[in-house]
Amino acid sequence: MKYVALVYTNPGAFEALSQAERDAMMSEADVYLKEFTESGELLGEGFALADPSTGRTVRVRNGLPAVTDGPFAEAKEQLAGLYVLDAESIERATEIVTRDPAARFWAVEVRPIMDTGGAEM
Amino acid sequence: MVEDLLRQFAPQVLGSLVRRYGHFDLAEDAVQEALLAAALQWPEQGIPENPRGWLITVAVRRLTDELRSDEARRRREERAAAELPREHVETPPDPEQVPAGEDDTLTLFFLCAHPALSPASQLALTLRAVGGLATAEIARAFLVPDATIAQRISRAKQQIKASHIPFTLPAESERAERLTVVLHVLYLIFNEGYTASSGPDLQRGELTSEAIRLAREVRRLLPDDGEVAGLLALMLLTDARRAARTRADGSLVPLAEQDRERWNGSYIEEGVALVTDALARSPLGPYQLQAAIAAVHDEAAQAADTDWPQILVLYELLERISPNPMVTLNHAVAVAMVKGPQAGLELLGPLDDDRRLAEHHRLDAVRAHLLEMAGDRAAARSSYRRAARRTTSLAERRYLEARANRLTSDAR
Repeated sequence: MKYVALVYTNPGAFEALSQAERDAMMSEADVYLKEFTESGELLGEGFALADPSTGRTVRVRNGLPAVTDGPFAEAKEQLAGLYVLDAESIERATEIVTRDPAARFWAVEVRPIMDTGGAEM
Repeated sequence: MVEDLLRQFAPQVLGSLVRRYGHFDLAEDAVQEALLAAALQWPEQGIPENPRGWLITVAVRRLTDELRSDEARRRREERAAAELPREHVETPPDPEQVPAGEDDTLTLFFLCAHPALSPASQLALTLRAVGGLATAEIARAFLVPDATIAQRISRAKQQIKASHIPFTLPAESERAERLTVVLHVLYLIFNEGYTASSGPDLQRGELTSEAIRLAREVRRLLPDDGEVAGLLALMLLTDARRAARTRADGSLVPLAEQDRERWNGSYIEEGVALVTDALARSPLGPYQLQAAIAAVHDEAAQAADTDWPQILVLYELLERISPNPMVTLNHAVAVAMVKGPQAGLELLGPLDDDRRLAEHHRLDAVRAHLLEMAGDRAAARSSYRRAARRTTSLAERRYLEARANRLTSDAR
């Protein structure tokens, strides 16, 4: 079963950490990525996302696209990155994510990725 | 054609190499290279007279090259470190002398499904070492990056090496338990493919044919084992319905509404014969019982002809020899079909407290069906909705939402 791990942080959260905390976080992150890539459970590289203010939001209504900058909203928590896991169960996926240093400083949400197939009933 | 031939030889060639030279990890790479070389050369130059011998010769050459360079590297390091006297490199025996006819495929099945390996590694290694599939093919089937499958395989090989797992059949005393794992690996490969629907999932669907091919192979090697026959029968009797189980748009068709004309008659015939024979002469086992249940469904010309009392008896047996909440769930459906929905719903009650199932969409889905049968439309609708929220399958969610909506619009 595949899961996406969504990392949520407050704006400027990383910058707010002390240098020692940042160093610890980076080296823990390396260990984390290596361990679960080698176990065959972490798929690909994952993505760190730029600040939401650098993005665009698109809505097409009645065939007309409306594009806005941002969002700039003062969101307490914003999506800062994501990666994909392939784990035996949500319990195992949770156990893996517990080791993510981002979970220690901020929050990581684990959600199952839906399968297109399924069992008939 | 060439590909089928290669995949059939793959485990035999690997078995020969490992038996002679050990080094399962390197031998497996060497066989993959030999398979690749053959896939490139044979279609152009024709299939050699002794294809198995050709593959063994090429694989042995790759393996000995690899071992020599390993040895050379080690000697360089050793000399540099301690000026130790050199050891003699043993020259491998002439591959031409490898006797034909010996077959270590069964040993390989056991090795790839060794309990020391994680289930994901067992699946990947079985498909590569026994099935002869390339890493990229396995990755496409499981919809993961190639590097992930490569990691799972190399990790499995490291574990085999580190745990000094011997290349022999398991001792008689643990044979049955170890066979259970081998069969479970094949069952998981089958299911991975079976739940795939149309479109981008098609490659995953090929896993069912591969699982069936491998199950046939185990049956060839263990013709008297009732559970091996039972698993093969279960796969055939399930896969027989494949063409009828989804519509062109990928949506699911429940068993009762499937166009039975589209079921695969020869698979049904073969599966029924297999399970009938196994039940008559082997100790009862869970795969045989599940196959027998599938056979009763498949033998009904119309859904209304289904012999539910017989299915109920089979589920009672299954619940006795292999109890688990999924069996209870299906048992409840059979009870409802024979004794009425209320009796089925009563069986579901205790499952709410079962942690393995309480949050599972199948419990809500079955409850919804039984409530609908009982005529409690409002409760059925909310159970369908709960199930739809809980499933992680898009096709199932669409199906469950549709059932819920149908009850809403009919209610007016």
